[in-house]
Amino acid sequence: MGRPSFETRPAAAPQDEAERVANHGSQPMTRAGWIRLLVIAAAVAVLEIACRVGWIPVTVVIPPSAMATSLYDIIASGTHWNDILVSLRSVVAAAVIAVLLGFLVGAVIHAFPVVRGAVEPLLASYYAVPTFMFYPVFIILFGVGSGAIIAIAVLLAIVAMISATLTGLDRIPTVLGKTARIMRLGPVERAFRISLPAAMPYLFTGVKLAVAYAFIGVIASEFILSGAGMGYAIAYAYNNFNNREMYGLMLLIVLVVTVVNTALDTVDRRLQARLRR
Amino acid sequence: MKSAIGSAAVLLVLMLFWQGLHLAVANSSLPSPVTTLVQLVALFGDPDFWKQTSQTAQAFGAAVVLSTVGGIALGVLLGMNRTAGSVSEPILVNLYSLPKVTLYPVVLLVFGLGISARIAFGVMHGMIPLTLFTMNAILQMKPVYRRSAAVMGLSPWQTSVTVVLPAILPEVITGARLGVSLCLLGVLIGEMFAARNGLGYMVMHAMERGDMATVLAVALLLAIFALLVNSALLALDRAWRH
Repeated sequence: MGRPSFETRPAAAPQDEAERVANHGSQPMTRAGWIRLLVIAAAVAVLEIACRVGWIPVTVVIPPSAMATSLYDIIASGTHWNDILVSLRSVVAAAVIAVLLGFLVGAVIHAFPVVRGAVEPLLASYYAVPTFMFYPVFIILFGVGSGAIIAIAVLLAIVAMISATLTGLDRIPTVLGKTARIMRLGPVERAFRISLPAAMPYLFTGVKLAVAYAFIGVIASEFILSGAGMGYAIAYAYNNFNNREMYGLMLLIVLVVTVVNTALDTVDRRLQARLRR
Repeated sequence: MKSAIGSAAVLLVLMLFWQGLHLAVANSSLPSPVTTLVQLVALFGDPDFWKQTSQTAQAFGAAVVLSTVGGIALGVLLGMNRTAGSVSEPILVNLYSLPKVTLYPVVLLVFGLGISARIAFGVMHGMIPLTLFTMNAILQMKPVYRRSAAVMGLSPWQTSVTVVLPAILPEVITGARLGVSLCLLGVLIGEMFAARNGLGYMVMHAMERGDMATVLAVALLLAIFALLVNSALLALDRAWRH
């Protein structure tokens, strides 16, 4: 089970675990994997036919094959490389800031139980706040550009990292602390050799979520108001009735985000499996 | 009680930080907390504000109802069959973490520029977490429940309504809590782009006029509303778990 939020959730059923490990081992794909592939292929085929036959007008959705050729043209002609780079740069900046700052804040909160008692109930409700309503405020503070976009993405992503850090530091087995004391490790050595590796699987879940939220924050802000980036390019194409280019760009974003999230998820599941050994 | 004092302290710190930011920003294009509150009270007397609020409320209400009913129904349907569950789960998780704004133009092309596009976009945001939570709750339900239902000879419909749904209610409420806040986010983002009414439009319009007090007042109001709804559902969640 991937974690759709930074909520606590019950552990997955044993069968799921077995399948999950099998899924990402060197064994061939599972039955569920094949069915999934078939379902997606069938959905794409139905959409293709519905568009070609004319059940869905071309002014609404273009056939998937046309989306693919449009994507090819976008990449081959290089017209949108600048937008792609601008977006990726913002995503990377936002994810790095959210992960580092989130870890730091999480570690500080963890160190002071009083602060933690006050902050933790608010963390559980934080994601309910419609963060994007504060985008105009950041535009005033930073101007229209990368600054405001990165700020809103950090705001969206940081809480997942704070929560993950708190969980990770909580779950360090007590025996490891005792071992560190027996070995007379200093605080720095203890942090790097014991605490960080022990908390790593939980921290990585935070990193995974932070990257996913950074993508959402950056693309959505660019879409609503900005002058560059992939989100802006889609909004621009939409406003100019350029459906072909719009769908090509959409396909590009969906593919990039899916590949990045799936890669992080695979690493995440490996780390989680290591915990259960 | 202790946690209430703690939360109040955190809010006070945030207020002070906001005031500090207001003082730090050059010739204060960022309104202070007091200015924002004054503006919020002034908005309450403005009929236009109530018109926009009712637009947003209608879209939000419809999106919540549709995504709750649809999410639970889809979750039960997928959860009753283990294969269907394991096939759809990664697809749903991937859809959840996709920046759905990307797909908003498609929603606009399908539903037009009216309120139905915003409702559909809210449902897109809110339905997936509810489906995931419902489905996983059923897959992890104690097998004995389903066996007893089979022994009593209940039909699939009876099994869903009298056995499965009561058993998974806590998880459904957790999913609904996530779903409701995401519905609101979806509706508001929809209003911020290509709309002529609603609170999201009102904020974008106020920003274009440089009316920062209104921007902050509406954003603050929506944040407080979202937090209240969330804590109400959280209280319900805790009550059901005991």
